[in-house]
Amino acid sequence: MDTVEQLRDRLLARFPGAGITVVANPSPAAQHSLLLTAATARDLALFLRDEPGLQFDQCSNVTGVDWPDKEIVDTTKVTLPDPAGGPPKVVEQKSKRVEPGCLEVVYHLYSIALRHGPVILRLRTANRTDSVTLPSLTPVWRSCEFQEREVFDLFGVVFAGHPDLRRILMWDGYQDHPMRRDYVEPDSYEWEPTPHGEVLAKARQHYPAPAAAPEAPKP
Amino acid sequence: MSVSDLTPLSAPGGSTVRAVHDEFHGDLLEVSMGPHHPSTHGVFRMIVTLDGETIVKLKPVFGYLHRNHEKLGENTTYLASMPYTDRLDYLNSMTNNWAYAVAVEKLAGLAVPERAEYVRVILAELTRLLNHSCLAGFLMQDCGCSGTPLMYAFREREKILDLFESLSGSRMMCNYQRFGGCRVDPSADWLAGAQRLTDGYGAFLDEFEALLTGNEILMARTQGVGRLSSALAISAGVTGPALRATGVAHDLRKVDGYGVYPRFDFRVPLGDHGDTYDRYMIRILEMRESLKILSQALAGLPGGPIMDPKAKLRGFRPKAGEAYGRIEGPKGEIGFYLISDGSANPYRYRVRPPSFINLTILEDMCLGRTVADAVIILGSVDIVLGEVDR
Repeated sequence: MDTVEQLRDRLLARFPGAGITVVANPSPAAQHSLLLTAATARDLALFLRDEPGLQFDQCSNVTGVDWPDKEIVDTTKVTLPDPAGGPPKVVEQKSKRVEPGCLEVVYHLYSIALRHGPVILRLRTANRTDSVTLPSLTPVWRSCEFQEREVFDLFGVVFAGHPDLRRILMWDGYQDHPMRRDYVEPDSYEWEPTPHGEVLAKARQHYPAPAAAPEAPKP
Repeated sequence: MSVSDLTPLSAPGGSTVRAVHDEFHGDLLEVSMGPHHPSTHGVFRMIVTLDGETIVKLKPVFGYLHRNHEKLGENTTYLASMPYTDRLDYLNSMTNNWAYAVAVEKLAGLAVPERAEYVRVILAELTRLLNHSCLAGFLMQDCGCSGTPLMYAFREREKILDLFESLSGSRMMCNYQRFGGCRVDPSADWLAGAQRLTDGYGAFLDEFEALLTGNEILMARTQGVGRLSSALAISAGVTGPALRATGVAHDLRKVDGYGVYPRFDFRVPLGDHGDTYDRYMIRILEMRESLKILSQALAGLPGGPIMDPKAKLRGFRPKAGEAYGRIEGPKGEIGFYLISDGSANPYRYRVRPPSFINLTILEDMCLGRTVADAVIILGSVDIVLGEVDR
């Protein structure tokens, strides 16, 4: 099989200007991956599936990775002249900058027909808050159907063109995305508002509580 | 609403990815099967829309056993995740352990001693025997054949679990594999016990097959039920016996040749029709091949250490990077995807669960069949909810 660089060149020859980056993997596994742009991902996936020499007919594994915003502190040394005429002072100045994070979706492709792989595709969202839409690859590989639903559920990536994008493991109506790094567990999963609280408040107006009475239980 | 209202998307193999229609229609009946239903093999629910007795839509509902296993993996060290993997597919803890060990060994570039590779093969094939025997028993139970085949299968399973218990200390939650080898060395007595079991298992399979394989009722009940085309199976990521039943020669023991599998002489049984009977038959044939592998592995087991002496289990911090490792579990391709940032915990810990992904085509197999067929089709897919929901 081609190396990742060869594969990238082959894709770029077919789709000029597709914007494909090789993401190196420094571990001994050396499974390098290709970072695609959202605009061309669907076309490239179809090409990878149907091109005779490649035939990546199986999308084995789909998963998300959360990369939160990183606060990076840059330290620079500045030499300041001493107004009193002494030797110049070296002062460290610190500046903070925020490297924006993203949500990443990783696809592991294998070819059953030609028995090669994996080719790893990565797609990244623009940020982690409002621009989290990526193209769905379910029309290309059916195996993405449940796995993209899982990434949507647990990471909050919205897949455009997915035929049935609903939560799959958490329940409908759940708000958060538990696999994000900054996820905070709720105090209680079971609590839900009941009319009891309002009834209790009304009753209090009619029967003022005695001084030593305990407070109403807070939800 | 009728079936033709749902427009399928274009996908290979004439796949039918359907849009969700919420509107209620008087002619159709929506039935919620599960989560507490004996045929669903755990807490699994299917929302089935019926036209008369015919299934026109089937939506699986998951998550009743969801405990966010992957988040647990991110918050524990590499070694401490090993016992958690037992709980994924709780019938096959040995192969779960192995898949996780393979991924970590790829990530850190660890070598495994030869003896450990052989022991892993022996345990994985014993697990395959155990899983396939139970599955055949459960499938018969789903067909309405109460008791006998399942009890026969459980009788044999108990013998394998006794072996696991005497080796690892636990019947089902074995926690036996380590990165760079195995936890304890099997004794000569244990190996003799494994040999006895291997020698006797063929007789059980003969007995089991005499009871079932040529049985007219079983054939009438399962042949042609839940057909799956090979193109759709490949596209939907179906792996394991369900894929091979459609005639696709894809077995990771042959394709990847991981461990010491290339040294053994065995064949990969393939189906012809992709129906429920083929899926049953493939498993019976695979068990016979497993017996071949077992006797070869027990005969050729080399001496030497069971753990790589350089392997460091505590304070294990692989260098930054990522790896995807996969093996052929009894239910299909079980894989682990790990991203390390150089710390003691994985940055990302992902399980590729075969039974979850094999459920993708449950609806396609059930459309046009009856509810009673849906029960045996689900039974032949072979799911364990601990792995589906994670």
